[in-house]
Amino acid sequence: MRFKKIFLPKEINELKSLKVGEWLLLNGPIFSARDQACKLLVDLIKEGKGIPLELKNSLIYHMGPSPTPPGRVSGSAGPTTSKRMDPFVSWLLSQGIVGFIGKGKRDKETEMYFKKYKGVYLVTVGGAGAYLGDKIKKMEIFAFPELGPEAIYYLEVEDFPAMVAIDSEGNSFWK
Amino acid sequence: MFRVIDGDVIYDKLVDVITKANFELSRDVEDALWEAYNNEDNENAKIVLDILIKNARIAKEKRIPICQDCGMVVAFVEIGDKVYVKGNLNDLIDRAVSDVYKKNYLRPSVVKDPLRRINTQDNTPAIVHYEIKPGDKLRVYILIKGFGSENASIVKSLLPTVTEEELINEIVNHVKNYGPNACPPLLVGIGIGGTLEKAALLSKKATLRPLKEKNHDPYWAKMEEILLEEINKLNIGPGGLGGKTTALGVHIEVFPVHIAGFTLAINMQCSAIRHGWFEI
Repeated sequence: MRFKKIFLPKEINELKSLKVGEWLLLNGPIFSARDQACKLLVDLIKEGKGIPLELKNSLIYHMGPSPTPPGRVSGSAGPTTSKRMDPFVSWLLSQGIVGFIGKGKRDKETEMYFKKYKGVYLVTVGGAGAYLGDKIKKMEIFAFPELGPEAIYYLEVEDFPAMVAIDSEGNSFWK
Repeated sequence: MFRVIDGDVIYDKLVDVITKANFELSRDVEDALWEAYNNEDNENAKIVLDILIKNARIAKEKRIPICQDCGMVVAFVEIGDKVYVKGNLNDLIDRAVSDVYKKNYLRPSVVKDPLRRINTQDNTPAIVHYEIKPGDKLRVYILIKGFGSENASIVKSLLPTVTEEELINEIVNHVKNYGPNACPPLLVGIGIGGTLEKAALLSKKATLRPLKEKNHDPYWAKMEEILLEEINKLNIGPGGLGGKTTALGVHIEVFPVHIAGFTLAINMQCSAIRHGWFEI
């Protein structure tokens, strides 16, 4: 299997032309956000405030890391189940977020939003937090530090593996 | 005639087992992943299994937790009827969890109240189950349970007239619907019989049994075999991305039940099967 290298942020729009089933190695900056952070972002949108500019044209990784030990860049950092974030997908894509990295199936309705907003859903490997944490070369808190592991982190990754599970045409791996 | 076991001795053992479980995948699981890798010809399955095998190595060598979801800690305590523990066992377990999670940078994943959601910061409290056994030994099984798979678990009541075939369908269908999100390859723990909470407990206990170890009743051992075969035909595969390794094992535990009932619990365990035990 060939892995296609993607360099972010400059190749972010390439993601929109990829097809379901393609494997990627992501390089460059992404952001993490899971349950509570996604909810807070959507609250901001609903209040008319919008999301931080930096998140636009970026990928959101559904992940809450284990604490970083001294002398390391990251702790364990694998994906969490993305389905729980289904209610937030249309809101976040509508703000210019290009897509999400997570794990597992999504609702049928959610799949349609990826087509509507030309977004992508990538999956990586659940249960591989040590391996994936090792692919993170830089990590700092970006927003909501009070959420602890559920804060939004700015991450820089290197050869981070992910597969296209829903493409920007709305095609899904789980037809 | 009681055998006195000192709390400090238990605490030290607890710390060892809880720590090790978070960083070192047990041998039976690693072997099963390798076996699955060699058995698969689906490319996605190979990629995922390769990453999971590497993950186990990196976790152990670099001391990074196997999974960022360091779970809730579940302890199954089997205490001999001739044992006297010096100290409060429940407190010892919570103290061990708190110390291990803080010292080893394990993610605190427990909130104090389900609705108000304030993190307890040290992953306490642990969930502790007790059972009295004959003898003068204390045995503790520790399970690190992540919630991606816990969320995919159920307990329900079937009709007492349910057939073997209907039971198999019920379980296979559950795995079909909830398996992809539970971090396969799975260990499917099944509890059958008793009251609602008894079935749930049995289903979790079933996941403590080492892979390849069958139910000691040949009837249920055969059922485990049939279910594993059927589940692995679902093509969910490692990571939910296809392949013939949807489950590494199916373990069933059974208990007598009321004439009006047939309780069934399915506890999904992800591929990061993190457990250990000790006996004093």
